[in-house]
Amino acid sequence: MIEGIFVDGLIFSIMVMGVLISYRILDFPDLTCDGSFATGAAVATMAIVNGWGIPAALLLSFFAGAIAGMVTATIHNRLKVPGLLAGILTMTMLYSINIRILGGRANVPLLRTTTLYTEFPKVFSALGQTGSVLVGTLIIVLVVKEMMDVFFRTDLGISIGALGSNEQMIISMGIDPRRLKVIGIGISNAFIALSGGLLAQYQGFADANLGQGMVVQGLAAIMIGEFLFDSNKISFITLRVVLGAIIYKALMFLGRYYGYYIKLTPSDLKLLTGILVIISLLIAQTRSAASTADARKKALRRNKEKREAETREKENAHVED
Amino acid sequence: MLRIDQVSKVFYPGTVNEKTALEDINLTVSRGDFITVVGSNGSGKSTLFNLISGTYPVTGGKLLIEGKDVTSTPEYRRAFTIGRIFQDPTKGTAAKMSIEDNLITAYSKGMKGLRISLNAEKRELFRKELKQLSMGLEARLKDNVGLLSGGQRQALTLLMTVLSRPKMLLLDEHTAALDPRNAQIVMDLTMQFIDKYELTALMVTHNMQHAIDFGNRLLMMDEGKIILDLSAEEKKSLTVPKLVKLFKSIKKKDYVSDEDLLTE
Ligand SMILES: Nc1ncnc2c1ncn2[C@@H]1O[C@H](COP(=O)(O)OP(=O)(O)OP(=O)(O)O)[C@@H](O)[C@H]1O
Ligand SMILES: [Mg+2]
Repeated sequence: MIEGIFVDGLIFSIMVMGVLISYRILDFPDLTCDGSFATGAAVATMAIVNGWGIPAALLLSFFAGAIAGMVTATIHNRLKVPGLLAGILTMTMLYSINIRILGGRANVPLLRTTTLYTEFPKVFSALGQTGSVLVGTLIIVLVVKEMMDVFFRTDLGISIGALGSNEQMIISMGIDPRRLKVIGIGISNAFIALSGGLLAQYQGFADANLGQGMVVQGLAAIMIGEFLFDSNKISFITLRVVLGAIIYKALMFLGRYYGYYIKLTPSDLKLLTGILVIISLLIAQTRSAASTADARKKALRRNKEKREAETREKENAHVED
Repeated sequence: MLRIDQVSKVFYPGTVNEKTALEDINLTVSRGDFITVVGSNGSGKSTLFNLISGTYPVTGGKLLIEGKDVTSTPEYRRAFTIGRIFQDPTKGTAAKMSIEDNLITAYSKGMKGLRISLNAEKRELFRKELKQLSMGLEARLKDNVGLLSGGQRQALTLLMTVLSRPKMLLLDEHTAALDPRNAQIVMDLTMQFIDKYELTALMVTHNMQHAIDFGNRLLMMDEGKIILDLSAEEKKSLTVPKLVKLFKSIKKKDYVSDEDLLTE
């Protein structure tokens, strides 16, 4: 049970890394995610069903996601439409494409096949069933986290961060922001699809509706993480994502498990997630308002002190006269 | 260095909001020139800079940088030769990134690769460069730029801009948003960098004294035209009252029958 929350949260955290790139690092509200997550699941499932092997399945879902993201960024760049609309377009198209990938079905099971989650207990046999699944997933998450940490320390990664903070600066530094967006949104959706590919193997099926509401869930996890600690270092930010993702899954588990006492049903969880995001936004807003008010007070005090100092100086000058 | 040939700019052409911001501008800037630009609000100074750097396309005319026609070159490409500093200190830096991340992005122009250039050696170099600003920023490499004051941010923008090695600087009232002390510091640094890197510069200012004291040429703009172009020689004997008088006499000549003048 508890191990289920952790594995679920860890797989989910890879998706949240993708959302982190688009929403937080690039400041690009990308909805492709809801489609590309299912694309990753569909691609990995079909690759495994067709016997191409687990590594190929994961790689293919990674690249399928990258292409989906690049399509969104290209629509945004070429047609000059807002990122939000570009993402919705891709997401909508992906719904049809995902069903095509799944061979015309909305749901394909992964039964009696070799998946990562049938392999983990064999590879880490000493750890037992639950332990091995947990350790195996943790290793994958750590690898992804390390990839993120290294990438966002490279010159390219830093410039993507700078783009999210100030597009004019990137242009002034001779970089085409359109290219950076294609790369950034591509990588974002690559991780999202990879996460989908893992989830399909863990739960044993791919579903065309798997991605529904993913963005909001990802945002909720990011915001939970941001309450944990404050940092501008990428390794801490990604750590925050992993922790936030696990806490989010734990909260949802509690909602599902104990919610029944207050007549909550699983279909209420999306509502809960939305409320969670709204509460987080409210808290963040109150916090920033408080710090602005604080800064204002300090500025007023400084000005007052300066005025007083000036008056004193004038008085002194008088005395000298 | 820069040639502006019959350039004009009309915003929203063909609509009720049509607005001519620049009319048939001609200007030749030589290498090493430091030109100050003055003019009332809305006279087209910022628009001129926006056209030179490629933020907006021209409506008519041609732009040449170092003899090459750049009229349709995108802004990010022109940025290889042009460094630009805005009035708003937040425009030149990425607030959510650390000082060192900002500097490494500026350190080389153009698309970046997967290398990690930010190492101990670079940090040492950045500390040395930041020391020139005498603002104590050399001790705050890892602080987010959003934590800096307006003056510190503008000084950092200036440093980043010159580190990226442009040939020409466009300064658009870049000290106007700062308090007098910081404005002085940033202005001193500007002069120091222009000398050190032998930059060609255009500087918009509302400070007439600055316009007279700095540079080797002075332009005055009004209603989308350059109405006055003074050489270094002519600037020498110039004072603020003289400049204001000059402005008034030109306006009078142009608007002899203008009703506006009667009401003044
Ligand atoms: N993006 C724009 N869209 C429409 N009109 C614009 C735009 N930018 C400038 N203008 C108009 O062009 C004219 C010139 O504006 P500009 O900003 O170049 O003036 P300026 O000389 O820089 O003035 P200031 O001293 O106030 O900065 C103004 O009438 C302005 O309203
Ligand atoms: Mg202006």
